[in-house]
Amino acid sequence: MNRFLRLILLLALVCAATPGRADPVDDILAGFASTSYADIEKTIGALAASGDAAAPAILDALNDGLLEISSDKKLYIKAEDGSLTDARSGAAVTGDTPLGLKPVKVNNRVRRAIEAAMGQMTLLSPDPAKRLNAAASLFHAPDPAQLPAVEAAIAKESDPAVKRAFEEARAAIVLAKPDAADPDKIAAVAVLEARGDEDAKSLLDAAAASGSPPVAEAAKAALGKIRRELAMWGVAQNVYYGLSLGSVLLLAAIGLAITFGVMGVINMAHGEMVMLGAYTTYVVQQAVQSAAPALADYALVFAIPAAFIVGGVAGIAIERSIIRFLYGRPLETLLATFGLSLVLQQAMRSLFGPTNREVSNPTWMSGSMDLGGLAITYNRFWIILFSIAIFALLTLVLRKTSFGLRMRAVTQNRRMAASMGIRTGWIDSLTFGLGSGVAGIAGVALSQIDNVSPNLGQSYIIDSFMVVVFGGVGNLWGTLVGAMSLGVANKLLEPVAGAVLGKIVILVLLVLFIQRRPRGLFPVKGRAVEA
Amino acid sequence: MRKGTGKLALAGALACGMAWTAGAAPASAEDTIKVGILHSLSGTMAISETTLKDVMLMLIDEQNKKGGLLGKKLEAVVVDPASNWPLFAEKAKQLLEVDKVAAVFGCWTSVSRKSVLPVFEHDNGILFYPVQYEGEESSRNVFYTGAAPNQQAIPAVDYLMNEEGVKRWVLEGTDYVYPRTTNKILEAYLKMKGVPAEDIMINYTPFGFSDWQTEVSNIKKFGSAGKKTAVVSTINGDANVPFYKELGNQGIKATDIPVVAFSVGEEELAGLDTKPLVGHLAAWNYFESIDTPENKAFIDEWHKFIKNDKRTTNDPMEAHYIGFNMWVKAVEKAGTTDPDAVIDAMIGVTVPNLTGGYSAMMPNHHITKPVYIGEIQADGQFDTVWQTSGLVPGDEWSDYLEGSKDLISDWRKPLSCGNFNVKTGKCGGESVAAQ
Repeated sequence: MNRFLRLILLLALVCAATPGRADPVDDILAGFASTSYADIEKTIGALAASGDAAAPAILDALNDGLLEISSDKKLYIKAEDGSLTDARSGAAVTGDTPLGLKPVKVNNRVRRAIEAAMGQMTLLSPDPAKRLNAAASLFHAPDPAQLPAVEAAIAKESDPAVKRAFEEARAAIVLAKPDAADPDKIAAVAVLEARGDEDAKSLLDAAAASGSPPVAEAAKAALGKIRRELAMWGVAQNVYYGLSLGSVLLLAAIGLAITFGVMGVINMAHGEMVMLGAYTTYVVQQAVQSAAPALADYALVFAIPAAFIVGGVAGIAIERSIIRFLYGRPLETLLATFGLSLVLQQAMRSLFGPTNREVSNPTWMSGSMDLGGLAITYNRFWIILFSIAIFALLTLVLRKTSFGLRMRAVTQNRRMAASMGIRTGWIDSLTFGLGSGVAGIAGVALSQIDNVSPNLGQSYIIDSFMVVVFGGVGNLWGTLVGAMSLGVANKLLEPVAGAVLGKIVILVLLVLFIQRRPRGLFPVKGRAVEA
Repeated sequence: MRKGTGKLALAGALACGMAWTAGAAPASAEDTIKVGILHSLSGTMAISETTLKDVMLMLIDEQNKKGGLLGKKLEAVVVDPASNWPLFAEKAKQLLEVDKVAAVFGCWTSVSRKSVLPVFEHDNGILFYPVQYEGEESSRNVFYTGAAPNQQAIPAVDYLMNEEGVKRWVLEGTDYVYPRTTNKILEAYLKMKGVPAEDIMINYTPFGFSDWQTEVSNIKKFGSAGKKTAVVSTINGDANVPFYKELGNQGIKATDIPVVAFSVGEEELAGLDTKPLVGHLAAWNYFESIDTPENKAFIDEWHKFIKNDKRTTNDPMEAHYIGFNMWVKAVEKAGTTDPDAVIDAMIGVTVPNLTGGYSAMMPNHHITKPVYIGEIQADGQFDTVWQTSGLVPGDEWSDYLEGSKDLISDWRKPLSCGNFNVKTGKCGGESVAAQ
């Protein structure tokens, strides 16, 4: 079968080579019938060079895997709904589908060729975003043949950002061009120095190694400056990563800071409250997607109260049915809640299946922006803000509401609070519910960066305890500072020691710290502690 | 205390086993043949292994509809080792000594396989192991139906080198035996191909790692040195989802730095938004998207059995399909389920695989397979971009590692040796990696 096909292909190629066709572009397009990626790549180059008006549409379709070729080498573009149009004329195909239609093969190498070809063709596009893309792709694949076209584009360009991108592309091309004059190359080095990122560094590296002496000297000077700047930005970037890790730790631990820190309950099922929140996010997202697809991007906003309620109700149920019988018996509480965590995990596994559930990132949480030399990913950025907001809200609840007052009263002196008429049993339940609800909210945020699987909670429980113990039991501010400093320390160590060793070092340091200060960073003082 | 109970249970099990053999001498009176299924149904590995349990039940069900085996019905014995490695050994012992199963299909991680290995060798059982692994092992009692490194990792690297022109390599893995051994083999292979040491970056992260920011930005930095860079990922399990999310968010596209993964299949992609991942690669011996009548029939059967037509199929499922059919054929050939007879009969058995060819069991207890490289599509499936021209026989002892390259395995008589050293002419060589 395969051999037969190949024979046909060979015959077809021979036919194509004979001067039967009048149109040279048709001859070029016939190259898409090949099964070799190298041939397809060549065809793309030839098509771009031909300047045919249909070329951008054809390459776009190819990039999306929608370009199909029939057995008589005619190209068709398939729309999402399955309808076909002739790729060259743009006419819709009516009647029978052409014989032997099959998609043109695409892989990364072909996609790269398309990107480069599109760069050449969209240099003068009216859309500034497209011009910017074109400049970027020329920068990454500098082709000396494109120099006149880029210079023409610079002359015409009015948008300053795009103009700078074109100038950088021009600089990359000049450096790659063997016969460019030295002064031009030195000017190009200055442009790249101003760009100052890793890409510029690698181009300058090449220039420093192979350029003529004056160019090499200029490149070396520029490299020194770029290296210093990059090193500084590198530290800043690691601190940002650390804050981001810290915010995740804070989210996971802040609920525990209430149940363990304030109430003193060793709750091993805390992670499962986070997991419940993440599954709630999944359910809410599914519901929003089917009920109101227009709001799908904001499903997370609806998921926050839902996760709080689910986590909170589960927490109150656990407190009423198990934990209240075990107050003052930490070992039994530990074992009972550990058993409970296994039960909850297996329950979710039976309910939702063992495989991960997909919670998609809304568009406003995808991608990244550049801030100087920092790459800031939106999902992490939002999570940092979110964790701070939750922290502030919780501090307010504890400090400024009557519920917060009662809660603090009960934890500080239960009997006196009771004699003041506070229903301590209810306060216990509500406090535990609050901590669990906050854990549920953490699940909403974690569903954006981690797996929504029954094991989600397990991976955070140890870290959560670590943060609370480090920060000082019974102190929300301690949890904040503890989470952030553990995050930053971890991320500063990671590039040096690696992820595995880095974590070990942190744990050892933490154990040593607890030896010196058993009550953590910010110990709670006063008679309540000694009691 | 736990240990004590374990011993007690063991003693009980042994006593039971002895009583059974002594009391019920006419074993043929049994009207079923028992097949053990040793896959975790709870704990971290349940995500992958539950599916394999289901596919085994389906295959056994199908065989029974065809009239069973040797005139008897097959009976599945399912146990749950709960992703707990020592429990794997206990459950294996129970299957072999108490339930007296004729063969066991099971395990996923290498550490679980290593944990049951002594049990199978002591009790002379038969284990079919369906997952790609690091090699450097060959046991008389184990049949390896997953890929050895030369059936997955090496062809993937060749593809990137030849088709994408990759010059710089990041070997990123989870920190345990499979990634470490595979990366050792790959490093030796790349160096043999002339890649200088500074163009290879090796990095390990713990199980379930979720904060990939630093690692991904390091990859980005490593990749911007002007040479084409690719990531070879042996990241396993849950850590993959946050890894790919971070790649997408930091804007690393497959056209810039492609990632080829050895542990990411259709099942793993099902929990992921695949749009930012289009073009990243995976190397397997089977893809659900491969268009053959056998595969279509298998997928239909699976959907009917699991009563959900959204469930995907994947490579280890095909490995069980091949392994089970091979075992059935070998039992028919031997006319008995006696382990020694079946182990001898297995070698040379050839059955159709799902990709339109035939797979054969070789004397080293590995099978012949085609290798496919696929690119991730927006619908969570793979599009085959390259495949080997023929079948690749599994090579248990890597040719690229010192100490391992002189070893061969051949379980045919009279050699009957899993680690024969061709240099010294003795059975019993040890590889560096296996220690």
